[in-house]
Amino acid sequence: MPKTAARRAGRRGPRRHTRRDLAVLCVLLGLPILLDLVLVWGPTMASIGLSFTDWDGVGDIEWAGLGNYTHLFTDYPQFWPAVRNNLLWLAALGLLAAPFGLLLAALVDRGVRFSRFYQSTLYMPVVLSLAVVGFITQLILSRDQGALNALLGSERDPVDWLGDPDLNIWMILLAACWRHTGYVMILYLAGLKSVDPTLKEAAAVDGATERQTFFRVVLPALRPVNVIVGVITVIEALRAFDIVYAVNKGRNGLELLSVLVTDNIVGEASRIGFGSAIAVVLLLVSLGFIVTYLVQELRGEERR
Amino acid sequence: MTVPAVRAARPVRPAGPPGGAPGRRRGGRGGQGGRRGGRWGVHAFLLAVSLAFLAPLLLAVYASLRPYEETARDGYFSLPSRLSFDYYRQAFTDSGMGRYFLNTLLIAVPGVLITLFLASFTAFAVARLRLRGSLLLLMFFTAGNLLPQQVIVTPLYVLFTKVPLPYWMSDSLTLYDSLWAVLAVQIAFQLGFCVFVLANFMRTLPREILEAAIVDGAGVWTRYRHVTLPLCRPALAALGTLEFTWMYNDFLWGLVFLSDGDKLPVTSALNNLRGQFFTDYNLLAAGSVIVALPTIVVFLLLQRHFIAGLTLGANKG
Repeated sequence: MPKTAARRAGRRGPRRHTRRDLAVLCVLLGLPILLDLVLVWGPTMASIGLSFTDWDGVGDIEWAGLGNYTHLFTDYPQFWPAVRNNLLWLAALGLLAAPFGLLLAALVDRGVRFSRFYQSTLYMPVVLSLAVVGFITQLILSRDQGALNALLGSERDPVDWLGDPDLNIWMILLAACWRHTGYVMILYLAGLKSVDPTLKEAAAVDGATERQTFFRVVLPALRPVNVIVGVITVIEALRAFDIVYAVNKGRNGLELLSVLVTDNIVGEASRIGFGSAIAVVLLLVSLGFIVTYLVQELRGEERR
Repeated sequence: MTVPAVRAARPVRPAGPPGGAPGRRRGGRGGQGGRRGGRWGVHAFLLAVSLAFLAPLLLAVYASLRPYEETARDGYFSLPSRLSFDYYRQAFTDSGMGRYFLNTLLIAVPGVLITLFLASFTAFAVARLRLRGSLLLLMFFTAGNLLPQQVIVTPLYVLFTKVPLPYWMSDSLTLYDSLWAVLAVQIAFQLGFCVFVLANFMRTLPREILEAAIVDGAGVWTRYRHVTLPLCRPALAALGTLEFTWMYNDFLWGLVFLSDGDKLPVTSALNNLRGQFFTDYNLLAAGSVIVALPTIVVFLLLQRHFIAGLTLGANKG
């Protein structure tokens, strides 16, 4: 840790910054901090504050205490389905898309021919906007004209893949996984390339099978990538919005927390306070994961 | 979908161009004969998955080229009697996609440039100047980027309706319903990711150059602009590609902060192709292809940068 010591020493020494330096720093560091404060952290705090009020955005702000929350938990029929769907989203991305992405990365990384082609193709859905993914989903799954019903030959008795509230969330999850898999694959692929090949050779010399090597040697070495994939998966699951909004504005079985927030402010009845309460629920869940991640990061920084 | 990657590359290794995959030896080529069967299995599997992944896109392209009456009658899996670009013309002229594209460019181009400029300076301050609390600053930006957008959307909406703007800037006279609002939020929200990635990248740059510059009496600006920034070109290219795609793809900000349909960016405007009572899915397919095309082209042309941006710092170098 000689570097840290040097850093400390440097700090105690005379200031090295001239007046011009300080001006540059103030402006160019102040601007992004200000932007982030006003447009990200300020609104986050405001969301928390507004969630305890009853406000339609125009009139007086009235204190409502925990009223919004009790209303939300007990008397808002879309809330629990939305929570359930967000959890399903998390499960699908985490248990289906992420392992599948890892599998694909491991296969592509074996250096088969055309691996560049596979890599590009599998990654392609990731560059599409989620709204476009939503529209393509409709093209395939719509009841009367959809490709899937045509493929199954069930035009007589068509399945309403996206209209049936018991069925549509699964179909949407499939579309979400289609996009998430490639993302995970690329991250793991880069991680796998950076794993020291001598590790694998050592394991092979010790008589480990390919599978053992992968799960006991390579995967633990990929810990940092695992952490990111975990964070991305959680964040994507909590942010999920565009696909369902493009399909049916998040109604009829496709409720999500993000949709409820949006509906409460852009809708006719603008219920700012109530929408904020839903946002706070979203914030609390995500904050749990963000803090865990940052603590890990911080430890990593200290170790350096 | 913006999550910063884990730790920076260790300082041991000087900055290599990101994305250029390290020339890695493939171990264990020896027993190839016995593995050939497995190899074909892998190929078959990957090929099947790739085709399955491509199929929806190909279907969208195919559907967009065929008239509605035909696919309604025969289904999508029929041979075409006529292929045409009519829907593309219709999507462009009737629904004015050209204007929406312009809106998107007005947001994404300055958005990317300003974000990269501000983020690169912040990252420089965090990673290359020995400032107090730089770690805290890094956390401040990173955590901000990880929040779900809906957490901040409500107060922003209220805020923007209260901020007056002169007519020449916004014909709604407020920040709400103007491209400025979307631009500002995009920049603020994406700053976190860029700061994080660039700070990680800058830590891998050799310190000696910087110290030499200090000895020569270079000020903060010179050290940033002429000493650090030129070395960051690969990272900036990677982030620029990625950020452009993200800003282009954004759906929510335009939806919430703009009410005038003419101002919508192209991704949010796609919804307009849906009719009130009847949706022509082939038209929607054409619209989707038009919207998707730029990102796919950018991806195919700049694939290296694109992937580098995502994985910059994700692997430990």
